[in-house]
Amino acid sequence: MKSIIRQLGQAPLSAKFGIAVIFTYSFVAVFAPVLAPFGETEVVSEGFAPWGGEYLLGTDNLGRDMFSRLLYGARNTVGIAFMTTALAFLLGGLTGLIAALRGGWIDQGLSRVVDILMAIPQLIFALLILSVVGTTVTSLILVIALLDATRVYRLARATAMNVVVLDYVEAAKLRGEGMWWLITREVLPNIAAPLIAEFGLRFCFVFLFISALSFLGLGMQPPTADWGGMVRDNAVLITFGDVTPLLPALAVALLTVSVNFVVDWMLHRSSGLKE
Amino acid sequence: MKNNNNELLLDIRDIHIEGYSDDAWHEIVKGVDLQLKRGEILGLIGESGAGKSTLGLAAMGYTRDGCRITQGEILFDGMDLAKASPGQLCEIHGVRIAYVAQSAAACFNPAHRLIDQHVETAVQHGVADRKQAMKDAVELYRELHLPDPENIGMRYPHQVSGGQLQRAMTAMAMSCRPDLIIFDEPTTALDVTTQIEVLAAIRNVVEAFGTAAIYITHDLAVVAQMADRIMVLRHGKLVEEAETRQMLSAPQEDYTKSLWAVRCFNVTPKARPVDEVPLIEVKNASAGYGDTQILHDVSLSVYRGQTVAVIGESGSGKSTTARVITGLLPAVEGSVLHKGEPLPSDYRRRSKEQLRRIQMIYQIPDTALNPRLTVGEIIGRPLTFYLGMKGKALKQRVSELLELIELDPVKFYDRRPQELSGGQKQRICIARALAAEPDFIICDEVTSALDQLVAEGILRLLTRLQKELGIAYLFITHDVATVRAIADEVVVMQHGRVVDSGERNAIFTPPHHDYTGLLFSSEPEMDPDWLDRLLAERGNLESVSV
Repeated sequence: MKSIIRQLGQAPLSAKFGIAVIFTYSFVAVFAPVLAPFGETEVVSEGFAPWGGEYLLGTDNLGRDMFSRLLYGARNTVGIAFMTTALAFLLGGLTGLIAALRGGWIDQGLSRVVDILMAIPQLIFALLILSVVGTTVTSLILVIALLDATRVYRLARATAMNVVVLDYVEAAKLRGEGMWWLITREVLPNIAAPLIAEFGLRFCFVFLFISALSFLGLGMQPPTADWGGMVRDNAVLITFGDVTPLLPALAVALLTVSVNFVVDWMLHRSSGLKE
Repeated sequence: MKNNNNELLLDIRDIHIEGYSDDAWHEIVKGVDLQLKRGEILGLIGESGAGKSTLGLAAMGYTRDGCRITQGEILFDGMDLAKASPGQLCEIHGVRIAYVAQSAAACFNPAHRLIDQHVETAVQHGVADRKQAMKDAVELYRELHLPDPENIGMRYPHQVSGGQLQRAMTAMAMSCRPDLIIFDEPTTALDVTTQIEVLAAIRNVVEAFGTAAIYITHDLAVVAQMADRIMVLRHGKLVEEAETRQMLSAPQEDYTKSLWAVRCFNVTPKARPVDEVPLIEVKNASAGYGDTQILHDVSLSVYRGQTVAVIGESGSGKSTTARVITGLLPAVEGSVLHKGEPLPSDYRRRSKEQLRRIQMIYQIPDTALNPRLTVGEIIGRPLTFYLGMKGKALKQRVSELLELIELDPVKFYDRRPQELSGGQKQRICIARALAAEPDFIICDEVTSALDQLVAEGILRLLTRLQKELGIAYLFITHDVATVRAIADEVVVMQHGRVVDSGERNAIFTPPHHDYTGLLFSSEPEMDPDWLDRLLAERGNLESVSV
């Protein structure tokens, strides 16, 4: 624990900034009901009320408080993106490691399935499946997780390939160790650095993807507050020179940049470069 | 080895070099003086970490990334390279000072032909135009006895052998006829038979052009053939310096003497136990990868408590034999027997008990230990896995094993591999193998990645353990000296076949099998006249090419 704090202390400014932003977002996501002055779907005034006064950032097209919805949006968008990414890593990482360790037909089979899934443009594929199975939060998470798992699979397999040929893995195999030990003790700890870095990036992609789907109307369904959807709902205001609809977009951008700062720093450290 | 000219070419005075690691600057070279006359060959020897490569590079006015020269002068022909600008150094590098690295394979650009890389320096520095340089390259290839000198330059680096590549690199270094060449362990990665060709070729050209050279190596016998004068370095300091012959016959310092003494390590061979079933027997095994057959009809047997050394050049099938025994590469034909019982050819079909009895120690200890586990976990795992040990008993046994391999349990129990030296890592590998309480251990080139002194320590440890625990070893190596020191029986392999085998004394006593004889005579000896004598015996260089 102490060493983690010490490392944080030595982190460059950009990484510190990124970590601070991520912490703030998580805090907001967890305590949204406490922090928000109004309810998530509560209509409190007329549509498009101006900034200031009772409504810190004005109200949206239906007269809901913009600031409150931004806070709730953090919870929905970030929460779902996190769950999706975690699921994608569980699925893709595990299959990738098994493919690398087993090789042969298992590797061939899994890799070809992944190739097929990756051959279809992600957004179109997602739109297709979501319009067939319907857009519940569960289906949204499952579909995006499956699509992103293919990317994780390829990374996990490629990095694990470099490790499984090393002598210590051979020694463990010769000892007669089972698959679970090989994955969790011999291989995974040694490919953790690139996987963690990928987790950060993948999280951003998923996050943007959900926002994009929401913007297109197939992501999270109203009245749930979601940053992508909020941009679409209030897009009309942009024509009047009002920046309010861009605030959710700004929230997305800030988090994406912050995550990337942190990921850059971690990659830098794991590659052993100094300064 | 002539010295007609007494003019001083390189004069390094009280040089200090620091390297940056673990957030601090550490001194690597601590005040060394080095003088080199024109046409003289100076040998730099020492264990790894002694600062020989750093000093060699400093002679070019160059330091690796993360290193800096803090003090001292490097006078090359009157010019101080320590203070020279990058532009000035650029004019000298390649033209007046050249460098030959240890691994030629890693230093050639695999995407370009040899000759294109060869002429680059000369053309770039305006020493010669392209056509002239190409002609000169062919001349140098001929000088270095490369086969088919007219056309070999048209090949890509992966199309020639390791020894040829090393000579091509020497040719490249000669391309501008430099005053000084730095050779950094140029033959360390080569087989003994190939090493001779390279040594002879290097010495020929260096003599022919009167080039001065600094020859860095950890192999005393090699340096004895090459150098006029030897400097012994340790911990960044000069230990001893003398003319080659004087240094070899009468070393002054204790450290130098200990380096010399390494070669005297010898264990009396044990007789093969009579009337006993061999512990491990390989019967007529053939194996290969895909369609390429590597092993042809290999048979050997190892008896309880004995050491069988398998010797041969790289590519002779030594390691493949080990893989067949462990079951990593199932034999296509033939079988592996343990105490007369056939073992399944694939390790996945062997029982835990069968796996436990055969253990392996690897060549490169760095990759043989999982960097994310502690020493306690690494040694403890076989104990838990095979013998079901847990908790206090486990910790107790790990400590015992650490003591057995002469490492302090208190200090090492919680360390990770990256906090250990090469020799310590290899000891941990041995402890891991011992933890399984095997009766047979395969040692695959276990000492070749280590310095001589450290390697000797490992050999002593292995022999002691054999005496105490009665374990049998299959000792795979390309080093004749090691075989001479510890083997009870010797198996000589070439091109995937066993060409000669028998008890150590019988194998080492003439008359030899042709290939065995070639292998043994290629082993460098400490006598500085050995190479001349050998080459004279073999008539001419062509016949050396194997």
